[in-house]
Amino acid sequence: MEGLIVSAANWVIPALVLIVLVSGFCRRVPVYETFITGAQEGFEVAIKTIPYLVAMLVAISVFRASGAMDGMVHLMQPLLFPLGVPPEVLPHAVMRPLSGGAALGIATDIIRIHGPDSVIGRLVSTMQGTSDTTFYVLSVYFGAIGVTRYRYAPVSGLLADITTFLASVAIVQRVFG
Amino acid sequence: MVNLLWLLLMLSGIIAAMVNGRVEAVTTAILEGAKVAVETSFGLIAIITFWLGVMRVAEAAGLVQILSKLVRPVLRLLFPGLPPTHAAMGAIVLNLSANILGLGNAATPAGLLAMREMQKSNPYPDKATPEMCTFLALNTACITVVPTTVIGIRALFGSSEPAAIIGTTVLATACGMAVAVCADLLLRRVYGRR
Repeated sequence: MEGLIVSAANWVIPALVLIVLVSGFCRRVPVYETFITGAQEGFEVAIKTIPYLVAMLVAISVFRASGAMDGMVHLMQPLLFPLGVPPEVLPHAVMRPLSGGAALGIATDIIRIHGPDSVIGRLVSTMQGTSDTTFYVLSVYFGAIGVTRYRYAPVSGLLADITTFLASVAIVQRVFG
Repeated sequence: MVNLLWLLLMLSGIIAAMVNGRVEAVTTAILEGAKVAVETSFGLIAIITFWLGVMRVAEAAGLVQILSKLVRPVLRLLFPGLPPTHAAMGAIVLNLSANILGLGNAATPAGLLAMREMQKSNPYPDKATPEMCTFLALNTACITVVPTTVIGIRALFGSSEPAAIIGTTVLATACGMAVAVCADLLLRRVYGRR
């Protein structure tokens, strides 16, 4: 079962590219020209992540180099150990619903320090891939139509985020642990 | 909130360095962090460029519309207050389908249109309707089949299987989505249809 999840994952990108190209061909889309038009934006989109990544990677590097990260890990260990949560991912879990770019910076740092194929690296990768930036989405969508009373929307959003986080921990430990 | 957290990380880092007698490490960490950030962003150009190209073909081939046909019957069940012919329904279906495919460019306009259409029949324009809450619960907990950026970062730092996390991502998101739907159904009752 665990092996199946990993090998299925490795099939997704090749399969999706195949489906896209074949359905494009069937719909008479000029596939090459369309690809080029879309790909034109790649540079700009990637470069736009620079300020977010600089802000977060500098902050988290200072936090780590100063020994503050070790202190935090030491402090949170007894609380998080029973849940199987490595304390290093805590800053990411807090940042994820607030800012996708900032969370990406923290994920980059963890992947760099612990390695992409370590359990903790795979955990933070999973956390980055799941769920959206709840608070950002709420403020954009409600802001656009002038709704100021969100009622229970933040509650269900946050409950989902917490569930996704704990589920990521449990599933990654099971599949890659 | 982000302001506060960033400030907290920076200040606690700098102060901890002073207390621990590691002041010199701060400057090195700033330079190192910034350098890794820029290198990572440049490294990401490769995968993002490729994927945006593929996604443009997906858009032109009408993949969003095909997926819409599959999700529409499910979504009808979740929006009992919206008649199937309501203009918001089409936009909701489109937004969620684009989200699943990871087409941010296509998702946001459809999502905003859905909100505007729902706002038209809102008796209290400053207050969220139950349908808006359901839509945003689904939107924020939505599955994305290919989390491109993080796969790119994994590849940059030498992963042997950068895409291996897709399975765990989809499973974990499914759990979150199930909770989002249940919480929404429950909270809608608790808050009543005021």
